[in-house]
Amino acid sequence: MTRMVLTGNHAAAYAVKLSRPDVISVYPITPQTSVIEKLSEFVENGELNARFIRVESEHSAMAAVLGAASVGARVYTATSSQGLLYMYEVCWWTAGARLPIVMGVVTRAIAPPWSIWTDHSDILTLRDSGWIILFASDVQEVFDLTIQAYKIAETVNLPVAVGWDAFVVSHAIEPLDILSQEEVDKFLPKKKVSEHMLKVEDPFSLGNLTYPEDYMEFRYDIWKAQKKALDVISNVDEEYGELSGRRYGGTVEKNMCDDADMVLFIIGAASGDAIEAATLLRRKGLKVGVCRIRSMRPFPSDEVIKIAENVKIIGTFDRDISLGCGGIIGVEIRAVTKERGLDVPVIEYIGGIGGRDLRVQDFVEIFNDMDKLSRKGVRFERRWIGLKEEFEKGEINV
Amino acid sequence: MSRVLKTIPYEEYLLRGNAACPGCGAELTLRYVLKALGPKTIMVIPACCTSVIAGPYPRTAFNVPVLHIAFAASAAAASGIAEAVEQLGKKDVNVVVWAGDGGTVDIGLQALSGAAERNHNLFYICYDNEAYMNTGIQKSGSTPYGAWTTTTPTGNKGFKKDLPTIMKAHGVPYIATLNPAFPNDILAKINKAKKIRGFKYFHALSPCPPGWRFDSSTTIEVARMAVLTGMWILYEWDRGIFRLTGPSRGLLNKEKRKHVIEYLKLQGRFRHISKEDIEILQEYVDNKWEEIKSLIGNK
Repeated sequence: MTRMVLTGNHAAAYAVKLSRPDVISVYPITPQTSVIEKLSEFVENGELNARFIRVESEHSAMAAVLGAASVGARVYTATSSQGLLYMYEVCWWTAGARLPIVMGVVTRAIAPPWSIWTDHSDILTLRDSGWIILFASDVQEVFDLTIQAYKIAETVNLPVAVGWDAFVVSHAIEPLDILSQEEVDKFLPKKKVSEHMLKVEDPFSLGNLTYPEDYMEFRYDIWKAQKKALDVISNVDEEYGELSGRRYGGTVEKNMCDDADMVLFIIGAASGDAIEAATLLRRKGLKVGVCRIRSMRPFPSDEVIKIAENVKIIGTFDRDISLGCGGIIGVEIRAVTKERGLDVPVIEYIGGIGGRDLRVQDFVEIFNDMDKLSRKGVRFERRWIGLKEEFEKGEINV
Repeated sequence: MSRVLKTIPYEEYLLRGNAACPGCGAELTLRYVLKALGPKTIMVIPACCTSVIAGPYPRTAFNVPVLHIAFAASAAAASGIAEAVEQLGKKDVNVVVWAGDGGTVDIGLQALSGAAERNHNLFYICYDNEAYMNTGIQKSGSTPYGAWTTTTPTGNKGFKKDLPTIMKAHGVPYIATLNPAFPNDILAKINKAKKIRGFKYFHALSPCPPGWRFDSSTTIEVARMAVLTGMWILYEWDRGIFRLTGPSRGLLNKEKRKHVIEYLKLQGRFRHISKEDIEILQEYVDNKWEEIKSLIGNK
């Protein structure tokens, strides 16, 4: 183990190097670029023995790693925002083909209007595709989760997207522990070539036309693999914890949740501000907690329910919006609580969209709002945080 | 004219019972191509007729591994396979894209251009049936002037995109045209290309009985007439050297070529064509041959 000081993007590059991929295929997009610049350095100075394909588009970036993975290679790609949307078709192909690809997604708002700043609408477009969606909150976790992602992907034969926030994490410089190559090799041995890899010695076809008599079973199999991934994510977190001393709690990271009356669900870097706010309010006697969701797919329904059963009110914080529906975490948590017959109030907060700054004070206000609504007996409310007042009142339109 | 096809291997890698239409020109070329490539071959096939020809799950008509891939992604997927097999230490594996004209000259062109520029060690073979045949005969960028399709009901107003020339501009080491009426030419070119490292591009005319509106027993006649009229030119660019091949070698002189009408009249898709349009096509063909003249012996 070595102590280093790196940006989130460089932490990802170090993690990829230590995971020993055979093929890397990438197309540049802000703010992902420093990931691939660092990786190209590693390849060209001989520190990493891999093929580095500088493709002409993200569609091709995903297709190239798909092709490489189909013959048994361990692969990596990374993208953001428009790039993810451009490769979207092939992302579905990757999941359907059951190829254990790892992709970094430096989350960035979607245009128009142009924005290079963080929100999570991009990575969450993968949520119906079969991809496993993991989300880190700081530089250390970008490193840890990237290595873990390979183990998870290769255990359940599904691709894994590891998200982290544009700039707030991607370009933030933090100290972190880097595992040694020996430690990573022990945790993540050389990739085994699974049964359904293409090989000339034993020809078979991947992705043949499939009639209605058989198609549904392929989808059901992915459904089962996603369910299995819930345990795999937790087990891998535990195994990695034995190696590194860092355990994150598997699919969710619970902060002060055990005795909480109010819990806020959130993903990504803003969780740090939420935890800070909760710590402040705890000192004032408000029993609040923060549950950071690390796995959006598979969705950690059981973990959500364990918390929901013991609180008076739930808050959800979405740095994303399913337009015409609601905050994605909010909608999903309401669905899960209803599914399990829990009648707990869920207040949905939407904020930080397009990189709008979030501060500890914002989360203090959110918790105070939850407290107020709980006392009033309000069951549901949707609030946009930090919206300019004149827009909220409808006095001005864009 | 009779010729003994003694150089063609007996082994079949495209199996009987595949789902090709009777008289499919693409299937004939594919069969010869695979015979030349042999068993150490991995195919990449985007959306196209061959997605269907391969037959439905759990069966496959291919006796070599196949990756079926999204329409625009074949050249990129093959790039990944080509790099991966070398990185994993697998020797002498032919990585082969087999794509239709829509998947090549239209939706797949960006990925093809990228893969060609990067010069991956792979074969890219476009079987050109000159329209989107699998979806029911819609015009593509490779549809010839004047041809009827379901989206050009009065005849195509544009001219066929010249993909081999676009590939030439990429500077790839080997480019060749193919035609199912000339199997020895197909085998010779594939066998030559197997010895060349880098990106190999092939463009194969693939007469399509339902799409071109001719009887399925006449595929070879149509394919051969395309060459004899000069509508299809058999040639190769071997590391910068241009060479005509097969019967095209004897057709430089316009007098030796049959009039394009001999090719057009075999096909229902040109049934409506006017005299003026026939002459426009003849002029187009003659101009192509003038370009060829300037290439002979050129580096």
